[in-house]
Amino acid sequence: MIGLAAVLLMATLGRIAGISGIVGGLTTADGNAERGWRLAFLLGLIGTPAVIGLFMPALMHSDFTVSLPLVILAGVVVGIGTTLGNGCTSGHGVCGTARLSMRSLLATMTFMSTGVATTFLVRHILGGAP
Amino acid sequence: MMRTIASFAAGSLFGTGLLVSQMTNPSKVLAFLDIFGNWDPSLAFVMGGALLVTLIGYKIVLRRKQPVFAEKFRLPMRSDVDRRLIGGTALFGIGWGLAGLCPGPAIASVSFGGVPVILFTTAMVGAMFLTRRILMGSYA
Repeated sequence: MIGLAAVLLMATLGRIAGISGIVGGLTTADGNAERGWRLAFLLGLIGTPAVIGLFMPALMHSDFTVSLPLVILAGVVVGIGTTLGNGCTSGHGVCGTARLSMRSLLATMTFMSTGVATTFLVRHILGGAP
Repeated sequence: MMRTIASFAAGSLFGTGLLVSQMTNPSKVLAFLDIFGNWDPSLAFVMGGALLVTLIGYKIVLRRKQPVFAEKFRLPMRSDVDRRLIGGTALFGIGWGLAGLCPGPAIASVSFGGVPVILFTTAMVGAMFLTRRILMGSYA
């Protein structure tokens, strides 16, 4: 479904389905037409899982293993990192890699590596969560 | 109007995919990243599947002259690899590995994730806007 969504957005609007880019572009988008499709995408992204959850509450899990201050810190780091790096899991990991973009391939290897390394550090060295 | 509907449909499909695959659950994501612990590889199939569908879908779609509801395909043209790309994505991975959320799943779970997801997403979007502003300032 994630792949189909990316293909649908490209086929209809000619756009990359990169979430960080779609959100970030809200500030720099020129004109209402540019802002409109971004807001519509985000409305679907937020609203549709909310509606599905009404019928399938078992899917609505959001279990954090780190403390609230660390969650906020992670949010800030993800925001800065995806803006500097021009993309996240969807833009680089799915869309960019599917286009065989060298930038995205390297980006994906980089965030997978630091993601695995951070999880290792938190779980096995600092001994936070099981 | 058609642009709005198509975009909403794509966002809906994307959010549904994230929810059904449980990418929206931070502990599931961390179990996937924890390859040296009790590794749960199931999300590798989710990401691999999405990649495969996009790879084939893009090949078919990009053969057309233009998108259905727009004048042209807007593809990133850059091919240079710089320190900003690597540094930025390295930083992103650290945040992802710390909390277990990346931008898509964070936004897709704001309706049910409670206070932690709302705070994460607010911090993330705030940092995105601020970083953009600073970057644009330095290149202006």
